Amino acid sequence: MRRLVYLLPVIIVLGMAAFFYRGLHINPSIIPPVLVNKPAPPTDLPGLPGHKGLKTADLMGHVSVVDVFGSWCFACAEEHPTLVAISKTDVVPIYGIDWADKPADAIAWLKRHGNPYARIGMDPSPARTVVAWGVTGAPESFIIDRHGIIRYKRIGPITPDIWLHTMLPIVRELQQ
Amino acid sequence: MITEIGHFALILALAVAVVQAIVPLIGASRGDVAWMRVGGTAATVQFLLIFIAFLALMHAQVTLDFSVLNVVQNSHTHKPMLYRITGVWGSHEGSLLLWVTILSLFGMAVAVFGRNLPPGLKARTLSVQAMVGVGFLTFCLLASNPFLRVNPAPINGDGLNPLLQDPGLAFHPPFLYLGYVGLSVAFSFAVAALIEGKVDAAWARWVRPWTLAAWTFLTIGIAGGAWWAYYTLGWGGWWFWDPTENASFMPWLIATALLHSAIVVEKRDSMKGWTVLLAIIAFGFSLLGTFLVRSGVLTSVHSFAVDPKRGVYILGLLVAYLGGAFALYGIRAPSLRLGNGLFSPISREGGLLLNNVLMATGAATVMLGTLYPLIVQAVGGGKISVGPPFFDSVFVPLMMPMLLVLGVGPLLSWKRADLGAALGRVKLAAVIAIATVIITWFAQGGSLRLWWAAGGMGLAAWLAIASFLELAERLRLFRAPLAESWRRAIRLPRSAWGMSLAHGGLALVVAAMFGSTAWQSQSVQNQKIGQTVTVGGYGFTLKGIRNVKGPNYSAQQATFVVTQDGRQVAVLHPQQRHFVMPPVPTTDAAIQGTVFGDVYAVLGGPAGPDSWVTRIYFNPLMPWMWVGAGMLALGGFASLSDRRHRVGAPKRARAAATAAHPAGA
Amino acid sequence: MKRILLLAVLLLFHFVTPAWAVDPDEKLKNPALELRAERLGDGLRCLVCQGESIEQSNAGLAKDIRVIVRQRIMEGETNAQIKRYLVSRYGDFILLDPPFQDRTLVLWLGPFALLLVGLLGAGGYLRRRSRSPTPPTPLTAEEKRRLDGVMRQGGA
Repeated sequence: MRRLVYLLPVIIVLGMAAFFYRGLHINPSIIPPVLVNKPAPPTDLPGLPGHKGLKTADLMGHVSVVDVFGSWCFACAEEHPTLVAISKTDVVPIYGIDWADKPADAIAWLKRHGNPYARIGMDPSPARTVVAWGVTGAPESFIIDRHGIIRYKRIGPITPDIWLHTMLPIVRELQQ
Repeated sequence: MITEIGHFALILALAVAVVQAIVPLIGASRGDVAWMRVGGTAATVQFLLIFIAFLALMHAQVTLDFSVLNVVQNSHTHKPMLYRITGVWGSHEGSLLLWVTILSLFGMAVAVFGRNLPPGLKARTLSVQAMVGVGFLTFCLLASNPFLRVNPAPINGDGLNPLLQDPGLAFHPPFLYLGYVGLSVAFSFAVAALIEGKVDAAWARWVRPWTLAAWTFLTIGIAGGAWWAYYTLGWGGWWFWDPTENASFMPWLIATALLHSAIVVEKRDSMKGWTVLLAIIAFGFSLLGTFLVRSGVLTSVHSFAVDPKRGVYILGLLVAYLGGAFALYGIRAPSLRLGNGLFSPISREGGLLLNNVLMATGAATVMLGTLYPLIVQAVGGGKISVGPPFFDSVFVPLMMPMLLVLGVGPLLSWKRADLGAALGRVKLAAVIAIATVIITWFAQGGSLRLWWAAGGMGLAAWLAIASFLELAERLRLFRAPLAESWRRAIRLPRSAWGMSLAHGGLALVVAAMFGSTAWQSQSVQNQKIGQTVTVGGYGFTLKGIRNVKGPNYSAQQATFVVTQDGRQVAVLHPQQRHFVMPPVPTTDAAIQGTVFGDVYAVLGGPAGPDSWVTRIYFNPLMPWMWVGAGMLALGGFASLSDRRHRVGAPKRARAAATAAHPAGA
Repeated sequence: MKRILLLAVLLLFHFVTPAWAVDPDEKLKNPALELRAERLGDGLRCLVCQGESIEQSNAGLAKDIRVIVRQRIMEGETNAQIKRYLVSRYGDFILLDPPFQDRTLVLWLGPFALLLVGLLGAGGYLRRRSRSPTPPTPLTAEEKRRLDGVMRQGGA
């Protein structure tokens, strides 16, 4: 018994090491979403000039993808060609939430990169809607089912690979 | 070419470390003196080789050799010379090289200063030190090599994070590493003693100066980091309970405990197993800190870029060294000859034991808070945060009883003490402490909200006065003629001075900690030129803004005149800097200390014609923090210079005692 | 490639605003409410910086949350309501002060349990250290005094 007490430090070190090993394989900068499988937060955003706005009612009755972006966001430009390609397939409508942007900047940015969004709601700072959606950075995207419930959240840019192997199957399943 | 020499020297150093790890160990077990002696020579050679590698990297950084990947990633032609030099340890690879350089420096120091060490203990200590070296040198070469080339070489580099281009940040890592890595010596001594199966007073005497040196450097490093945060982050905070900070604080707490428990081993032949354990844990926390900061397992503002492969490697080293040492401890500790020093609970030993319990609990609490989010996530419990409010409400109260004990502990005699009599000698401190609590209470309007501030100031006063009374008693200050006190002051062992300085310094730090947290006043506004803003009783008048140019940035610089009761107290020049490469803005706060606190001004962006956003603070008692930290470090050095602690002391001290010339030279 | 990734990560979380925390125009006119907002904000994590509170951070999201906290205070919400709202969006991760619940039991009670174990351990050690080496026959007062004298003179 007494000997066991002396071996306690070794046991603690080994236990801690096990946690660390697991911890090394978790990306610490990803914050797990809490809103998945919950109804999409109440949304009522005016449209970017020349575009339709985004309301909660617009998310009902069909499957959709909601994408939070901004013209100031470098990674959004990286993701954008993928979104444009998706919009051309007509599988699912993509709705945009333009975060903390000047309308002129956003319009110019969309002109340069193309517009995949069927609706674009503007959420200027302080972005109450973006916070309500639990967004931490741009780009982030959500898949919404036909009852307006969030079924999937992507943190970071959508890549073709993510789309084809993760998001598209979810969209298809929800559309069944 | 020089880069390749550095690379080659590092490989050779690894080979030498392997020899140093094996040969002296075998020599010690066989009693072969020649084999044991290999340790000392190898330690010196190993250091020289690693130092060559270090200089080679410095050469590449200074000459901006953009064919070296490490330089490309961390430098730029715009970078001033000072930061090219300090940039050597500004990157993951370079700082790891500094780590092994310091490790081998300490190895050599043991070899050089430890001439009087028993040959067996010395050989084994050097061997263990080299085992640590082998692991980290291998890591350096395989996973974190600073000497890799790029082909073709780019025309320019990526630049260094401007936040890092700051004298405070540039110079505190070497001190931190001297502290962190310095604890490796205590570790090596502990493991060597376990291999020998003998821990005695002599062992404690050997281990104490090394711990003291590491502790002192660690103190300077931590204070330097806090100072850097205080003036660059621009809102007057100085400690954030960030994982990186905690990583340096945990070994500091344990090293503090070790310093005190080693006294008991040395003087009273007790607490031996515990002291050996502490020596292992102290360096264990250094390894843990290295892992936390470099693996990215906990993201933090200051940590190096995330790389799981490196994380796994460092984790492997952590498990090997710490697990190995603890396993050895588990086998050997039960059979360590129990010391024969008996003592009653109320005694110097008892006080030091309580100090140890509290320090260890404190370190464990910091560890728990730091690692808890990771543990919860690893068991699938989701993601939570453990931030400053947790540490403030758990760690700080845990440490407060220690300050109480600290005031009276040094007055207790060894073995068995009369607590009543000891308390009687510090009656004055108790009276002043209570008076401080009452005065503070009324001064802040008698409100209950800040009751803890009054308590904290009372504790600080208690500790300061009690430490002073203890010193005064030794010097017979005010009781004997001044000349007599002076003579006693000169004769007083430096370690006694060290203790008084350190305890007094801690009192100042505690006062500053509570004062600045409780009574900070601040004001953020759009300030017109010529307008005066009053904060904490000081008037801050914005006199004007002008553009200035730094070596690799341009800046707006404000001029504030600070007055109190119409009298000019300070002129402050805060800057808003815009770096060229990479293009990042930083703020440079302007601070001027007074006895009562710091006046602190930060400049933001323009807010209209002739109007600027300004942030103004009065941080009460903050200068005491730096004076207190300085006293802690000075106390460490004073104690270190005590001839009884001086490395290699026993023989020389005896020689000095017999010589006619008085000791102390 | 790694460098590009790193840059992407940096820019993903829009750090582009100048290094500047609280703006003067964010502040509430009522100093008591502003103080309440600051205290509340000190306990809320800036999600994208991971080490700072929203009151200390320059990140855009932190600023947005600061303003939202103040708007909700003006709308008459209590601190608990505001916290509950933010937790419902971001999870407990946003709270720098972890709530006392099942999964934080060890965190909040652990330190005190450790202190207790430490004190018990020290107490046991002290008992062994202060035990007199003589057999436990009752000593006379005279013997006891003599024994104490011996102990005080140095060792068993």
